[in-house]
Amino acid sequence: MTILAIENIGKQFGSLKALDGIDINVEKNTFHGLIGPNGSGKSTLLKALAGDHFADQGTITFDGIDITHQPPEYRASIGLNFKFQITAIFPELSVYDNILLSVQSTASIWELIRSRSRASLNDKILETLEQFQLLDKAESLAGELSHGQQQWLEISMSVIRKPKLLLLDEPTGGMSPEERRATGELLLPIRKETTLVIVEHDLEWIKDICDNLTVLDQGKVLDSGTVDKIEKSNKVKEVYTTRV
Amino acid sequence: MKDKKANFKRLPLLEAIILGFLVVAPLFLSDFYTVILTRMLILCLLAISFELCWGYSGIMTFGQGLFFGMAGYAVALLANKVGFVQIWGVIPIGIFVGTIVSFLLAWLLLLGKKAPEIIFVALGTLTFSYAAERLVSGWYYVGGGNGLSIFEFLSFGSYEIEPGVLFYYIAGIALLVSYLLSRYLVRSQLGLVLAAMRQDEKRLLFLGYRVRGFKALVFTFAGAVAGLGGALYAHHEGFIGPNNMGIGISTMAVLYTLFGGVGSLIGPLIGVFALETISFTLSGVDAFKSFWPVILGAILLVVVTFKPDGLTGFIVSRRERIGTFGRIDKKEKNGRKETKD
Ligand SMILES: Nc1ncnc2c1ncn2[C@@H]1O[C@H](COP(=O)(O)OP(=O)(O)OP(=O)(O)O)[C@@H](O)[C@H]1O
Ligand SMILES: [Mg+2]
Repeated sequence: MTILAIENIGKQFGSLKALDGIDINVEKNTFHGLIGPNGSGKSTLLKALAGDHFADQGTITFDGIDITHQPPEYRASIGLNFKFQITAIFPELSVYDNILLSVQSTASIWELIRSRSRASLNDKILETLEQFQLLDKAESLAGELSHGQQQWLEISMSVIRKPKLLLLDEPTGGMSPEERRATGELLLPIRKETTLVIVEHDLEWIKDICDNLTVLDQGKVLDSGTVDKIEKSNKVKEVYTTRV
Repeated sequence: MKDKKANFKRLPLLEAIILGFLVVAPLFLSDFYTVILTRMLILCLLAISFELCWGYSGIMTFGQGLFFGMAGYAVALLANKVGFVQIWGVIPIGIFVGTIVSFLLAWLLLLGKKAPEIIFVALGTLTFSYAAERLVSGWYYVGGGNGLSIFEFLSFGSYEIEPGVLFYYIAGIALLVSYLLSRYLVRSQLGLVLAAMRQDEKRLLFLGYRVRGFKALVFTFAGAVAGLGGALYAHHEGFIGPNNMGIGISTMAVLYTLFGGVGSLIGPLIGVFALETISFTLSGVDAFKSFWPVILGAILLVVVTFKPDGLTGFIVSRRERIGTFGRIDKKEKNGRKETKD
């Protein structure tokens, strides 16, 4: 079943066609990788999916709903989650509170004022913290974490919401190889509930966790298919050996 | 970890000390000073109102004086034209006027299609404050430039509440209740959203929060607090004038808070006590009187440059002011007590 259908999406910045007629289908509960050289349009595409900006042409259908022109808060409320390329945690809040903030977002204003969900969410938050090895940092300010830990915090903020679709833009940017491997392992268990669209530079890393890959180049889909197929694709090899 | 825990007690301690002082103050102050301290308590409402907007919600507003003044004018008109001075009516009316006016402004300035820039809201509220000030100073019915005097004392039934000890405690209770409600609000899970909103509003949208509604809510609540202050002020001073509703008093709300310290509710109170004490002391010296605005400006410049945390920043750490919103209850989970002592 297709959970995300991207049809003929285009986005122009001045005279630059950052996205030029992109078509991608993402199947439910799969991990779908987006790769491509610098400036190929990966982040631009993800932002159009999340609602950070709107595509100039084409349609985006998520879970049967046309979201092409919906604002980000609406997309978030129907189960679409986005992690920016630049880490966007709340540095002046404790690690614990960052996660609380993420998981309480469906509560009404009135429930928030009365702090209705605070106690009942505690166990869930602690579990997630433990899963992402952040438990002993719970009370530290998020801004005091190492870069890798901040990325994990941001991923955990998404994962705990059990979104239907999670968009990750280079979640392992700036991580050590050790941390990268750990990140891959952290992501594997979410497959039961979540479909993942993940942008990465590193073909080696992404092919281990993804089912399907789409390769972008200069705003166009260069090739798309299973990991095996992409690995053998000559077009892709060309781009990756000559330009990366 | 242990140090951090110890530091987390400073804010409540400071609050307790100030509360304790305010409770006993009239017992050893003369009536004259009690009246002055009452005025400060009322101004604290104004300062808290600003802090809720700026310190907690990131809304730079010059509208607090407008809400304060509108409420003051409303109760003064009632007293003057209708002869109504009953406290059980005056206080709700003040709150009501503050709420309505701030809600209207929130609706105009905060709830537009796009999230407004800080400067847009600042200038918007400034414009309204200025316009209102000009309007009343040219409007004969509300006393024009002379303002309105209230000749009857605030009353409960036939009992008159003159400025003095009783009025002091009434203002004190109004402040205490406003303070506790505000404190509850900013420490609730809603307060967590506000704290996040100050840091990265856009990111909150991606978490699915409809941030603008939250802002409008706090802005309106703050307006209610300012309105309460304005109503008490008019009756305590027996007067309300254009100066009590325009840019001047709005700016004072900003100064109190910045001087006392942004990021806590006790900061603005300290700011009021400190600035009003300085102003009162200097006002006895004629030579200083005309320089007061200059002195104020200089003080603020020093604070903003050298101590952006304000006076409270000397006592309470930044980490403590940020606080924690979740209840980290690890003891409930067996065998997981790493970070708790
Ligand atoms: N807001 C913008 N205004 C103008 N040009 C932009 C904007 N955002 C992106 N671009 C341009 O669009 C193209 C695609 O950028 P994008 O960020 O999507 O690339 P990317 O594939 O994510 O690259 P990277 O691997 O470096 O993250 C680039 O040429 C970039 O300069
Ligand atoms: Mg990118």
